[in-house]
Amino acid sequence: MTVKLTNQKAWFLVAPVVVLVAFNAVIPLMTVVNYSVQESFGNNIFFWEGVKWFEEVLHSERFAASLMRQIFFTSVILLIEIPFGVAIALSMPRKGPWVSVCLVLMALPLLIPWNVVGAMWNIFSLPDIGLLGKALNSLGIGYDYTQEPISAWFTVILMDVWHWTSLVVLLAFAGLSSIPEAYYHAAKIDGASPWAIVRYIELPKMKRVLIIAFLLRFMDSFMIYTEPFVLTGGGPGNATTFLSIDLVKVALGQFDLGPAGAISLIYFLIILLTCWLFYTLTMKDEAQ
Amino acid sequence: MSKINLRELKHSYLENPSRDEDWALKGMDIEWSDGGAYALLGPSGCGKTTLLNIISGLLVPSHGRVLFGDEDVTDTPPERRNIAQVFQFPVVYDTMTVYDNLAFPLRNRGVPDKEIDPRVREIAQMLDLEEMLLSKAAGLTADAKQKISLGRGLIRSDVNAILFDEPLTVIDPHLKWILRSKLKEIHRQVGSTMIYVTHDQTEAMTFADQVVVMHEGMVVQVGTPIELFEKPQHTFVGHFIGSPGMNVLPCEFDSGVPRFAGHSIETASTSRPAAGYSRLEFGVRPEFVSFCPDGIPVEIVKVNDVGRYRIVDTRAGDARIQILVPEGESVSLGRAQVQFDPAHTQIYADGWIVAEASS
Repeated sequence: MTVKLTNQKAWFLVAPVVVLVAFNAVIPLMTVVNYSVQESFGNNIFFWEGVKWFEEVLHSERFAASLMRQIFFTSVILLIEIPFGVAIALSMPRKGPWVSVCLVLMALPLLIPWNVVGAMWNIFSLPDIGLLGKALNSLGIGYDYTQEPISAWFTVILMDVWHWTSLVVLLAFAGLSSIPEAYYHAAKIDGASPWAIVRYIELPKMKRVLIIAFLLRFMDSFMIYTEPFVLTGGGPGNATTFLSIDLVKVALGQFDLGPAGAISLIYFLIILLTCWLFYTLTMKDEAQ
Repeated sequence: MSKINLRELKHSYLENPSRDEDWALKGMDIEWSDGGAYALLGPSGCGKTTLLNIISGLLVPSHGRVLFGDEDVTDTPPERRNIAQVFQFPVVYDTMTVYDNLAFPLRNRGVPDKEIDPRVREIAQMLDLEEMLLSKAAGLTADAKQKISLGRGLIRSDVNAILFDEPLTVIDPHLKWILRSKLKEIHRQVGSTMIYVTHDQTEAMTFADQVVVMHEGMVVQVGTPIELFEKPQHTFVGHFIGSPGMNVLPCEFDSGVPRFAGHSIETASTSRPAAGYSRLEFGVRPEFVSFCPDGIPVEIVKVNDVGRYRIVDTRAGDARIQILVPEGESVSLGRAQVQFDPAHTQIYADGWIVAEASS
């Protein structure tokens, strides 16, 4: 008689998770993979194309241009929002009744739906009736985000900074609040200057939350769609057509499911790879 | 180097203290002599850390003055006070190396590099940190980090006093002993005043020449460990120091003689307390209570063997008397008679000792 040592019944316990992950990640992703290697002319008839769409996308000037715009946009907003957010968090009060006032004020932009943010800035920036647009023009600055690429970029970046710097502030503030009082006391006794306190105590203690802030802002801004779509629609011309806006044009405007699938996968891999590289490199020193 | 003088010091964390409980420090005058090793002993919340922070300048007292030598430093910020402080949790600058950590206080004060280097090496040698000088401070063990915190204090040659705020809290027990001996050794080497805050009487007794006992925002006694043991100035000191603590028993005066449970008792206090007290007690340590055939009758209710001696729990009426009995002496539950050693029995009025006539 043999004794069965392994019990396979435990697989049933994992089943709900497998089903959940399948429906929310694997199946949609595989659909995209499926489209990316086939050609379709409608009527649900598909032809096998192999890696043709991938080659086409990677050699396409249009993809390269929207990717460059995307990279530029993300770099600019990260360069502004991270230092700016840290600076605001550092200058916020740490104790007393004003803390909650500041935190609520900071959280407000985060509570506004994205398309509303786009619509708000659209109206706010209109050169003829918007407060910002009218004000800039009356100062003699030729500003029209519907016509000029520079104005459009300025508005999109300003909008993102307004909408999302708060997230960096809140995370940085959480990091700052967790620094024990003794560090500040020791720094005082050691005669440290205010800058040395920021440099050697506050920034190192904020490192982990800033990595999270950076990753969140990187991913979100790299995938940004709703706000610029509502604000500029990707224009003027293609000036603010970021990757996601371009992707939607390809997938839903032109109904090119194959190339759209290929773009989606490349897009996804870029984000995944960047996050992984960034996280691994920054956390390298923190083995313990 | 100079002595530290605290004059009429009072502190409250509230803006308008009105009641007695509003004061974290209820008024004290202490002089810390130059080069002394002091322990500041008391339970959590008695104001030890407040007092320490006032000395280092992290807090400005609501009342009173802080003098270093003849100089009034009450309003001088900590960085200009020549004080070093080591905190309960080790503070190191994570991104710096051990070397840079030690050099930091000197660099902040604009000391030239060629003077810093030999000093850092000297301190590192004193604290056995030489081998890790070039490693990052972040990854070190708690005791090494605490040594770095101490090193940042020692590195300045102008330091008047080094203050320790329960520095061994996060250190493993077997390392505590080593670090404590290290501290004593350093005290002998550098000779600066050291004030060591703790709630652990063993730590206080082994470290300090003078122990300052605090209770509810007051200094109740300053003395050598032996003085605290033999002549507690306050019943709190009797309770808090010694294991088990002093027996504090109610008594009354009857025609000039203190009486307990109907028996007159002999004490070291030769004077009578001034009138106006609400509570009269006498205190005698378990070490100075012994069995004797014609003493005060008690009921032995429990005997605890704690190794080298036994703690005998007895009752005389409602009062509980503990007695230390050396190993080997036989004790059985039931009736017995005890006596108190008159030389070590003191009278306390409202908690405070009744002074002898001679002093």
